Formats: sequence, structure tokens, C-alpha cells
Amino acid sequence: MRTVAVAVRVLQQLRRDPRTLVLIIGVPCLLETLLRELFRGGPVFQHAGPPLLGLFPFVTMFLVTSITMLRERTSGTLERLMTMPLGKLDLLAGYGCAFGVVAAVQAAAVSLVSFELLDLHVAGPRAVVVLLAVANAVLGTALGLFVSAFAQTEFQAVQFMPALVIPQFLLCGLFVARGSMATWLRWISDALPLTYAYDALAHTAADTLDTRFAADVAVVCGCILLALALGAATLRRRTA
Amino acid sequence: MNAVRVEALRVVRGGKVVIPGLSCDVEAGRVTGLLGPSGSGKTTLLRAIVGVQRVASGTVAVLGEAAGSRSLRLRVGYMTQAPSVYRDLTVRENLSFFARVLGREPEAVSRAVADVSLDGHADQVVARLSGGEQARVSLAAALLGSPELLVLDEPTVGLDPVLRRDLWELFHDLAERGVTLLVSSHVMDEADRCDSLLLLREGRLLAHATPAELRARTGAVELDEAFLALIEAES
Repeated sequence: MRTVAVAVRVLQQLRRDPRTLVLIIGVPCLLETLLRELFRGGPVFQHAGPPLLGLFPFVTMFLVTSITMLRERTSGTLERLMTMPLGKLDLLAGYGCAFGVVAAVQAAAVSLVSFELLDLHVAGPRAVVVLLAVANAVLGTALGLFVSAFAQTEFQAVQFMPALVIPQFLLCGLFVARGSMATWLRWISDALPLTYAYDALAHTAADTLDTRFAADVAVVCGCILLALALGAATLRRRTA
Repeated sequence: MNAVRVEALRVVRGGKVVIPGLSCDVEAGRVTGLLGPSGSGKTTLLRAIVGVQRVASGTVAVLGEAAGSRSLRLRVGYMTQAPSVYRDLTVRENLSFFARVLGREPEAVSRAVADVSLDGHADQVVARLSGGEQARVSLAAALLGSPELLVLDEPTVGLDPVLRRDLWELFHDLAERGVTLLVSSHVMDEADRCDSLLLLREGRLLAHATPAELRARTGAVELDEAFLALIEAES
């Protein structure tokens, strides 16, 4: 019940900011279009398009959440909530639900544009791509909630994006196949959640929904729970 | 009957001793003013009573339980100094959210809005309200849970005299209904509106008395003179 209250409140806040909503939904559509034009709809686009579709929500929600949560911490509303009968998990789950809903809309819009207008092809079910996108968004939200504890200003929070997200993008296997990476880079890649998110999307694109795919999904879900637990640990009722 | 009992409270923030060792009581069902210059530790003391301040040592008992206990979260209302509400939501959206978190019925929202005289602004976005109006939204959120103890950190800053008077009337109405209020202020002309005063300076309690007692003790007419006399007597 309180989780729902938090989710509704976060969505109300987003509704008051239509420009952000337009950017959340419009920018990934634009980037997919750009990618297609850049590679003239060829194999590079067909290779990178589906994973990007599924990974955009991770980036967007990571950014939006880390800023929103930082505001909550600095405006005193978090302190107020901590004096109220609101569980830490209510708060975190509320955020997760709200941004999960936004991610579902985003992923639906981007897949509509990509599959219908840009002729992007996936061999596997499109719905799985959208579902993975939502899972990745929740992962981004959970990580954003966690890292917001380490930023004092919005400038710092924004810098966590290149610091924590871009390396995961570079190492996830999209740019260089993991098999041809230097061993130590592959080890790092093994430890990063986005690697598994990417792998699951690549398996969907190739329609190889095997045990490896199931393992990928399990790792992503595990990372969501881990990040939420870490996030809960950063929420203190008492502060200095 | 004491609603709050603070014993040997010591608070250190960022290596600096903010409250070196403070004991005081807050009587139930009355309006107690916490007065002192800015930097005297008022907010820190209030935070300790609400249970969000990390304390070095000492005990704080609120309504018979340790400050910050889970069972107190419905019984204590807290208004921070800066308006801690969502600036991008309307007054009603803010209060409806906090009411849901507190498990209160929707009618509590209209009641709180009326209590702080914001009826005409209920559907306005908080960011577009004046500073005083924003402070009252924050106060309304503290009233929502019908708490037994209300801890208000400078609730009347930036308000015009009429609104200030109205709010002090509201505070006394609440006290008559049995609510205990602890209200901080750094302006002495508000001291006279309190049933009881806690005077704080550099984290120490200078006096705990009624306004009349303070005048009698120091021979001063104005309360800020009385405060000065107490400081001089101490040093």
C-alpha cells in the first residue's frame, strides 16, 4: 500500500515535467533512427539495434533515479519520510515500480518505432525484448538509488553516469565480442551486470532462449535485488 | 507529566561538539518554545528528539519511549526548518501522499489544509507558492498524522504578522486538545506566546522557565533583555 503511494507520487512528479517525459521517450527513438541512417540499415544496425533498445532504459532510469533520489535526500523530504511509518523497502520498491512503468512505456515506444518504422529485425519474440528492457530499467533504478548516496550535488550524480555506465557499455560485448577481449578485461566484464543484460538481449535477437539466456535473466534479477539491498543500507533513519 | 525527557545528551557533528551535555524536559499538553540564537543547537536538539540525529551519548525519551522508536512514528509530527515537501507537486498531492504514508483518511488532508489557511492554494504547485506558504505546506504535513507531540523548527519564519498570530492560535488550540508542542524560534517576540521556554546557547540550557518567571528572575521587562541578563550572569 505504501509502496503504491510512493510509486504514484513519483509518477505525479514526472507528469509535472512533460519535457523530461518527451526526452525519455523521444531521445532513444531518435538514436535508433540515427544508428539506422548511419549504417544504412545494414548488419551493424541489425546487430546493435536490439541490444541498444533494451539497454536505453537502463541508462535513462539510472540518471533520472539518481537525481530524483538525491533531491529527496537534500530537500529534507527523505528525513521527513524517515520519521514516518514508511519502510525503507516501501520507498525503494515504490521507486522501482514507478520507473518500471515509465520504462515499459519507453521500451514500447522505442520498439514500435524500431520494429515498425526502422525495419529492425529480431528472430526471437519482441515482447521479450520489451520485458528485458523493463528489467534493465529497474536495474538502472536500483543502481541509481544506491549511488545517489555517494553524491552531494547533482553535478556529482550526473558524473556517475560516465563513470559507472559507459565502462559497462564498452565491456558488455556489444562493441567487442567478449571472446576476443584480453583476459583481464573479460574478468571485469564477468563482474558487471550489464554484460548479462546485453547477453540476454543478444540471445533474444538470435532466438536462442536457452539455459544461458535463463542464467542471464537470473543474474540481472539478482543484481536488482542486490542493488536494492545496498540502496536500503544507505537509507539511514539517523544521520549526522 | 513530561512528554520529552532529555538526559545528558551529547551530540558531535563533523568533529565539532554541538551539544556538550544537555538535560531538559518538555511538559505535556503545553506550548514550549525553544529559543536561542542561530547556531545554538536548536535544530540538533529537535532532531535528537524526533530521532533522526545520531547522538554521541545520553538518552532522549519521547512519550515514554526511546526517541526514534518505530511506535513513535505515528505519534510524533516533525516540521523541518526548510520546507520538506515536493516542490513539483501541488499542495494537495503532497499532503495526500504523506497522508497515505501515515495511513490517514483523505479527510485529514482537507483538515490540515484548513488548519494552515491554505484552502485557496490547495491545487497550486508548491514551487509557485511564496516562502511562507511553502512553510505552511510543510507544517500541514506535520499536522496530518494528528500527532501527540509536534516538533516544529522555526515554523513562523517569513510570515506576516497576521498569519503568525493565526498560527500561534492554532498551536494553542492544539495544546488545548492535549497535543504537546515544541516550537523553535530565534525571535524573542515569539517567546511571550509560549507557555514555557527553553533558552539555549552554544548547546547549553541557559534556562527553563515561563516568560513570567524569566522576567521575575532577571528583573527585565523585555524577554530579549532577560536573555541577555542570563548570558551575562553565566559568564
